[in-house]
Amino acid sequence: MLKYTIRRILAIVPMLFLISVVVFFLALAMPGDALSGEIDPNNSDPEYIEMMREKLGYNDPIHVQYYRWITDFIQGDFGTSVKYKMPVEDLIAQRLPNTIFLGIISLLFTYLFAFAMGMYAGKKPYTKIDHAIGGFNYLMLAIPIYIAGVFAIYLFSFKLGWFPFSGSVDIALTEGTAEWWLSRLYHVILPALVLGAMGTASYTQFLRNDIIDNSQKDYVRTARAKGTPESRIYNQHILRNSVIPLITFLGFDIVTIVNGALITETIFTYPGLGQLFLTSMQTNDYPTLMTLALMFSFLVLIGNLIADLLYGIVDPRIRVE
Amino acid sequence: MREVSNSQAILEVKNLESAFMIEGEEYNAVDGVSFQVQPGKVVGVVGESGCGKSVMSLSIMGLLPKGIGKVAGGEIIFDGKHLEQLPDQKMNKIRGKEISMIFQEPMTSLNPVFTIGYQLEEVLHNHFKISKEEATKKIIQLLDAVGISRPNKIIKDYPHQLSGGMRQRVMIAMAIACQPKLLIADEPTTALDVTVQAQILELLQDIQRKNDMSIIFITHDLGVVAESCHEVIVMYAGRIVEKASVERLFKGPKHPYTKLLMGAIPRLDETVDELETIEGIVPTLTKMPSVGCRFANRCPQAMKECVEVTPQLKEEESNHEVACLLYEASRPEEEVSR
Repeated sequence: MLKYTIRRILAIVPMLFLISVVVFFLALAMPGDALSGEIDPNNSDPEYIEMMREKLGYNDPIHVQYYRWITDFIQGDFGTSVKYKMPVEDLIAQRLPNTIFLGIISLLFTYLFAFAMGMYAGKKPYTKIDHAIGGFNYLMLAIPIYIAGVFAIYLFSFKLGWFPFSGSVDIALTEGTAEWWLSRLYHVILPALVLGAMGTASYTQFLRNDIIDNSQKDYVRTARAKGTPESRIYNQHILRNSVIPLITFLGFDIVTIVNGALITETIFTYPGLGQLFLTSMQTNDYPTLMTLALMFSFLVLIGNLIADLLYGIVDPRIRVE
Repeated sequence: MREVSNSQAILEVKNLESAFMIEGEEYNAVDGVSFQVQPGKVVGVVGESGCGKSVMSLSIMGLLPKGIGKVAGGEIIFDGKHLEQLPDQKMNKIRGKEISMIFQEPMTSLNPVFTIGYQLEEVLHNHFKISKEEATKKIIQLLDAVGISRPNKIIKDYPHQLSGGMRQRVMIAMAIACQPKLLIADEPTTALDVTVQAQILELLQDIQRKNDMSIIFITHDLGVVAESCHEVIVMYAGRIVEKASVERLFKGPKHPYTKLLMGAIPRLDETVDELETIEGIVPTLTKMPSVGCRFANRCPQAMKECVEVTPQLKEEESNHEVACLLYEASRPEEEVSR
């Protein structure tokens, strides 16, 4: 198991290298550079800009630029954000807690709703409530996240006034106080619900179908034949089997949250990494863009690894000896 | 009419009807089956696939698939209790403790994600207040009793690490854990290798004698019946066509179907070029004839009246009942009196 884990972690390195090459070349292939958007029309000395380009190395051949970036990156120097004029690691450290908070709350919602609805629907399939749950989930699955986000803001923020429509915390509060934390939670609920909606829908239906599937298996009949109560049959025998395929979703969950965060954070103007990533792309902020791209890739790869390891823990049949 | 209710019987099934819903209509997969099981006796139930053997046993256990199958009529009296009326909660107190069952498919009958030990202990925890240590001690004894070597290691194993024969032994250990009065064995050896089959049969006989347990042994192998049963019930298309002690049945089978089944057993002491087969198949539930003998269309001795008159299961000789119009006793009463 340990050997397997180490092998998998080592395999991430060449993968990240390839990703970095592709992303770097794609980023530089975008029209313009970090300076093109920043030119003040009143102070646009073309010679000065050209000088800056030369100084920043934007005129060097692409492989030279890549070599320079990767050698710095490996040594832990992620560069300075061209837009925010501060080290990329500081910038990320500033935004990271927000995104993690959003992701965790959103996953929490996903699991909470999916397990409640999925287990109920799986236990009592083809009833009215099951059909209602199914209908609701297919609707959630069909609505793109940016529509759902805008609609949620319209309904819950503007019409009903239940939740704020932007930001991550009330800026008037002191950091670290109970009120400050409550305010953060209050701000994160709506984006987390929107971000979690799609996952909830697919989790619920998947869990429901798997429970129905498993409830007809021979081992369930055996459990009944030895006098096991019905609740235990569902909560232990069937659920333990039905959770296994869901574990593989965890790897994808991280991807979904990263992807979703891009859109959700932008719609809710929630200052997290997703929003930062989008801004860095728009402003050709290469150091930030590259660091975030590699970080997201790393998360996805780690997510898959975690899913595979968890799979081995919950399913004894595929445990690596 | 012989209407002696034997109060000593551990199980008495009277006129059992088990129905399945197929496209909104009810069809009886078991249609008026009556028999008794005496304490300490082994009753064999034989018949082809699809003749209602398994449905009958699931009916006794109250394990017919919910919403699709149900006991539609008749009585199941076990140890003085009417099982057909018992709600699930009360049935759970009986299942696994007083009646247990082993199944045909040892490969899929155990839960793949729990250890053997966990699944064995569960049956004990379901029925007794017992500590973890005591339960572990008990299941090691049980595994030892069913002939599993190194039970200490096996309890930590998962089902996929065990062979089919081992799994069936585990199933047997699970079934006898609470020393039930009745064991229903639904083709327990069908999915196993021939050598393993013999071992499992021997084990079951051994346990039966030691615990003085009754067994309903469902099989389509008459050879197994001859070896291990006291009484035999021959079923065809949801009904009993012949019922006798094992000696009588093998000495003089009466129903043409039983005779054909016996002709289909390979024998070592006779040279035959080809084994006999019974032409055709058991009629499906939806195409079951409502009157007449259900075997008539495949029966080599069928008469014209076989499709018009339903034969009754009646005692032809002492301890030997048959339902076939070839025998006077099987004719419905008005027919006889005419």
